[in-house]
Amino acid sequence: MKAFLYLEDGSCLCGESFGASGETIGELVFNTCMTGYQEVLTDPSYAGQIVCMTYPLIGNYGIDPGVNESRKACLKAFIIKEAAPLHSNFTSRGGLEDFLKEQGVIALKNIDTRKLTRKIREIAGFKGIVSNRELLPEELDRRFEEYRLEKNLVELVSTAKIERIPGEGAHIAVIDYGSKRNIIRNLQARGCRLTVFPFSAAASEILEAGPDGIMLSNGPGDPADVPGAAGTVRILAEKKPLFGICLGHQILSLAFGAKTYKLKYGHHGGNHAIKDIQTGRCYITSQNHEYAVDPSSLAGTGLEVTMINLNDNTVEGIRHRKYPAFSVQFHPEACPGPRDANSLFDDFLETCSIRN
Amino acid sequence: MPKDLSLKKALILGSGPIIIGQAAEFDYSGTQACNSMREENIEVVLVNSNPATIMTDSHIADKVYIEPLTLESVSNIIRRERPDGLLAGFGGQTALNLAMDLYAKGVLDEYGVKLLGVTHEAIVRAEDREAFKALMEDIREPVAPSIIAESVGECVAFAETHAYPLIIRPAYTLGGTGGGIAHDEAELVDICSQGLAASPIKQILLEKSLLGYKEIEYEVMRDSNDNCMIVCNMENIDPVGVHTGDSIVVAPSQTLTDRQYQMLRDAAFKIIRSLKICGGCNIQYALSPDSDEYMVIEVNPRVSRSSALASKATGYPIAKVASKIAIGYRLDELKNSITQNSSAFFEPSLDYVVVKIPKLPFDKFPTAEKSLGTQMKATGEVMSIGRTFEEAFLKALRSLEGKTLSMRAYSFDDLSLDEIWEKAKIQSDQRIFYIGALLRRGVSFDEIFTVTKIDRWFLQGFKNIVDMERALLESDGENRKRLVKSAYKMGYPIAEIERLCGAPADVGGIKPVYKMLDSCAGEFDAKTSYYYSCFDEEDESVPDGGEKILVLGSGPIRIGQGIEFDYCCVHGVWAIKEAGYKSIIINNNPETVSTDFNTADKLYLEPLYIEDVMRIIEKEKPAGVVVQLGGQTAINLAKDLAARGVKILGTSFDSIDMAEDRERFLKVLSEIDIQAPRGFAVTGRDALDEAVEKLGYPVLVRPSYVIGGRAMEIIYDKRYLEKYLETKGEYLENGGLLVDKYIQGKEIEVDALCDGENILIPGIMEHIERTGVHSGDSISVYPAVNLKAEIIETLVDYTKRIGRRIGIKGVFNIQYVYDGDIVRVIEVNPRASRTVPILSKLTGVPMVSIAAKLMLGGRVEDMGFGTGLYRKSQLYGVKIPVFSNEKLKNVDTFLGPEMKSTGEVLGVDKNLDMAIYKSFAAAGLKIVKSGNIYISLSDNNKEEGLEIAKEYIRRGFRIYSSGRTKDYFRNNRVAAWGISNEHLLEFIAAGRINIVINTPTRGDDVNTYGFTMRQKAAQYRVPVYTCLDTARCLLKAIDVKISGVEPDYLPISGGKKEDK
Repeated sequence: MKAFLYLEDGSCLCGESFGASGETIGELVFNTCMTGYQEVLTDPSYAGQIVCMTYPLIGNYGIDPGVNESRKACLKAFIIKEAAPLHSNFTSRGGLEDFLKEQGVIALKNIDTRKLTRKIREIAGFKGIVSNRELLPEELDRRFEEYRLEKNLVELVSTAKIERIPGEGAHIAVIDYGSKRNIIRNLQARGCRLTVFPFSAAASEILEAGPDGIMLSNGPGDPADVPGAAGTVRILAEKKPLFGICLGHQILSLAFGAKTYKLKYGHHGGNHAIKDIQTGRCYITSQNHEYAVDPSSLAGTGLEVTMINLNDNTVEGIRHRKYPAFSVQFHPEACPGPRDANSLFDDFLETCSIRN
Repeated sequence: MPKDLSLKKALILGSGPIIIGQAAEFDYSGTQACNSMREENIEVVLVNSNPATIMTDSHIADKVYIEPLTLESVSNIIRRERPDGLLAGFGGQTALNLAMDLYAKGVLDEYGVKLLGVTHEAIVRAEDREAFKALMEDIREPVAPSIIAESVGECVAFAETHAYPLIIRPAYTLGGTGGGIAHDEAELVDICSQGLAASPIKQILLEKSLLGYKEIEYEVMRDSNDNCMIVCNMENIDPVGVHTGDSIVVAPSQTLTDRQYQMLRDAAFKIIRSLKICGGCNIQYALSPDSDEYMVIEVNPRVSRSSALASKATGYPIAKVASKIAIGYRLDELKNSITQNSSAFFEPSLDYVVVKIPKLPFDKFPTAEKSLGTQMKATGEVMSIGRTFEEAFLKALRSLEGKTLSMRAYSFDDLSLDEIWEKAKIQSDQRIFYIGALLRRGVSFDEIFTVTKIDRWFLQGFKNIVDMERALLESDGENRKRLVKSAYKMGYPIAEIERLCGAPADVGGIKPVYKMLDSCAGEFDAKTSYYYSCFDEEDESVPDGGEKILVLGSGPIRIGQGIEFDYCCVHGVWAIKEAGYKSIIINNNPETVSTDFNTADKLYLEPLYIEDVMRIIEKEKPAGVVVQLGGQTAINLAKDLAARGVKILGTSFDSIDMAEDRERFLKVLSEIDIQAPRGFAVTGRDALDEAVEKLGYPVLVRPSYVIGGRAMEIIYDKRYLEKYLETKGEYLENGGLLVDKYIQGKEIEVDALCDGENILIPGIMEHIERTGVHSGDSISVYPAVNLKAEIIETLVDYTKRIGRRIGIKGVFNIQYVYDGDIVRVIEVNPRASRTVPILSKLTGVPMVSIAAKLMLGGRVEDMGFGTGLYRKSQLYGVKIPVFSNEKLKNVDTFLGPEMKSTGEVLGVDKNLDMAIYKSFAAAGLKIVKSGNIYISLSDNNKEEGLEIAKEYIRRGFRIYSSGRTKDYFRNNRVAAWGISNEHLLEFIAAGRINIVINTPTRGDDVNTYGFTMRQKAAQYRVPVYTCLDTARCLLKAIDVKISGVEPDYLPISGGKKEDK
């Protein structure tokens, strides 16, 4: 069935409906990973967004339930060039289309995804409407006009209740802003006992659990939209070793009074190079964010930049000079993407063991 | 760490002649390395024996030595030049092995030359099988169970505990030479003994076969700060078992999950770190289709064919970056040359699919064993890019310039299913078409997978292509109209759609768009002009304003059309830019300098097929198209381009046709009173017999319109004629045969420039071998030394008359034969030839640059080199062909009218004999002062051969001989040792024969003993000379060796040799 992607600039791309059908509006982002479509689909950080894959062939190796990054796909729509007619891999348990349907993800195929990517690159906060109806310009204008980015994205994807995962090692409290499963898996693999808290948990509640360290997870949207998060983290940072990833990183910076800002079109992919300023070592990292920490706002906060992005010099890592708190903008847990900076989890756990 | 400032002068080693396993990719990488060093103000000294390369141009390095890549010559050059460092990772296995030799002999230490980028230990650990295995065990990376063997006995013992099939890989050989797969003990013994002989260190690896595993490659880079990154990964469609050079390859991998991709990526980092390589390296894995189990197959601690492919597939200049890292830069300090503002430390993201298909030489070698295995056989490759697999694959198929435009080989239509299965089971370059035939007949993926182990995902891609065929065949009316468009958008050329439909196809104005290849999937604004076509919406290629000129490239490297044409195209592009035009190039060979996106103003990586070329012409509207620089590939497009009203620059299509159409050509010659061997173009048996009757034996027979003298033979009598027709009779009915009187004499080659009026001949070369040996396979000497002044005058006069009469505007090549009486024209090539780069370098006349100016309307007399024959250089140049005989089984090594060599080297010196000596040395033909020679002569060569045998005996050689040759020698009182056929084969295998001189009565007959003997010699790398002229020439080289005079190795540019 024919379906359309109406864009804010008045243009329209025509493709074929694929996956769940329906209509949606959202901000467009593109992801440049050549593998890992299933991880992208299930990454809660994409909540509220329409994701376009730049790699043109999607679905080649099928779907493996074991690699889901969350219980449910959270993105608004999925845009691809070509869907594999056959999936082939020993891990595959099903095809992409069935998965999209099952997850209720609206998808479009046969789109000139490169054209779309180039548009997204040019216009900040570019929005689109996916529909299988022909929409009139007036209606489109009205809907774009009315559309506001959702403010409650974290609430939508965070766990509703405390979750406890047994382990023999350090006890880590994870604040779930929309955590990817692989953050949990990484801590589990290192033997940690985990208590996963909803994003709204109070500092006192978290400290009461007596964790050895606190993990601030990734999550969707603007860090400033997460009510109370900065205040909670500020209290926690003074008491416990703390490690933030992506949204968690942004929240840590807000906690100490730094500022974040929205990038023109964010970083979404598995090939972003970062540099550790102290060691000079560079890593290729997996990234997925629209917002970044403003380095000029760090003065006087006690925070300092530890890592930068090699392409645009944006902040990729910070740490607190006094407290054992550090965070990174990228995803050391990978999935999809490279695992080059995976040892950050070890660094975190080492800090936890020293402190306790 | 910034660059190493102590480094002022670097030595770069090239890869020498084109052979199977080492093609144009090392001209590309070496040229990049040279440019990259000079950007840093490091003085570059380059050594390469291959004159047909861009890297040996005077402006690429500060000093260029066209000298042998031997220990002797390079040691001498190091002594003379005193470089601070050596870049050995850019000239393939040849450079790496030579660097190892220089190290082992203490030359590098003695002169304080630092190996850059890769240490001696790293080379040993990556290349020595045992050291490699130990290292992998150290870092816990899995390798297949194996042993390193130095005797056949050890191999047999290993086989007792490990199941067949077993893979044999000799250490330190090119393209897996001497390797293979053994299925039983007999095969094992045979392959192992060959492998041991082929390995310079007499060592082979015997390992458990991973047949059927996916073969995955990673191109990885590392700097001195231990930063690592992947440029590209690739998946071989042909699973483990076929050499990656012979496999169809896609980039990026298609059937790996993210987890598997990252697993192998992590392993690649571990491996390059353990080897401490600063630069690039290629890692090959076998990955199980049923689990995450994988094994490391091999590591190349240098840039490679795969890295050239990866560079073109991603836009990431691996060689350039690797060379910068080798001199101390860190990856994060360098810029991405495509975006020009992001960092070079990043991993390219592709938003397209790349397909590479190898070009195999079996059309030239009908007797060759065509099955593919661990020993590489391809001479070249094509690459294509598409937004879908089907699109890229179809483009790659038609880039091969074979008979097929899709997956349908029409000749298979009549085969039975059993026959198709039979063929599909064999790994060959035709297999893909048999798989197409199986799919066409509804065979299931599972059945095909069981036999071929080709992943079902790829089979589905093939099936989509085949299904489209059927849909077209069965369609009619409106449905057909729709399907025609779908097929076109899938990547089918219109010609094939029409053939399938049996009617004209209207694609309704659908046009492809062109997307930029930008290394970053559109994430950043890119500054490069590297494009491919697809059928998406947005067109990113905006035609430049101003006048543009399109140069058509030469496609994949094959026998008869080598790297020299890439040299010509690149120079053509440069000249066009210099003349103030914008240059555009179309080519599909990923190995080359011409497909470097920095060469032309715009690069279209597309098939050189008329439809693809026309679409670009329609879009770009160039002022003209250059067809005379891209070899026969480009020239063959002239007719179709002219028919579509495209302006061909320089020599017009009519003129081209005048030279190539035999009848027109003979008529033209007679008009200007120049003789050619008498001949006829015939179709049908009666016409052939009549022609032969008129001419009288011997005659030269060949099909019309072919390259490299394909299927050309000298026929001495009726018996041979019948034999010829047995195998090549098809040509008699299809397209016809050319039958010429064979004239024995001296062959002379003239390359000239012409503006339609005047000519400039930079130089004349004469062949060592008499007529009958293809010019590409003969030794040729510059300047002509055995021709009297009046003959030279005649040649100049004839060349001028021909150029004028035909209307050549640009460059052309004429082959003459002089039988001591009359000068006759054998053929005129209205295009650049193999010898253009050689003559340009020897004489200093920039032939291609001048040709381009002439094409643009310039006049010869304004070029600054005068008219007529240019003055002789102080230098002698001896071009000698290089064969890849040891790579191909059942290919006869005898020299005939059909070209067989894959490459060439040039010996340069002020003394002719010394130049001959250097050329033999550069070709890797061992020059011995004494030893054993086996001689076997055909009857008409016996008298002449006797004299040559005497010369060898006088120098202390022992002659072995048998049968009639032995009797003849003994009757003429020449001491010849008798040897039986069996003993001879043993002697050859044991290295007890140094030289074979064998003039066969007739070659290419696999059933003769001579054939077997020559094969054996090729396998054991014993030089075989099948033409007496070559054997006589070798004596000069031997005399130089005996004299003990050490040659002077001098730069051809940047040094004294420049005073020409």
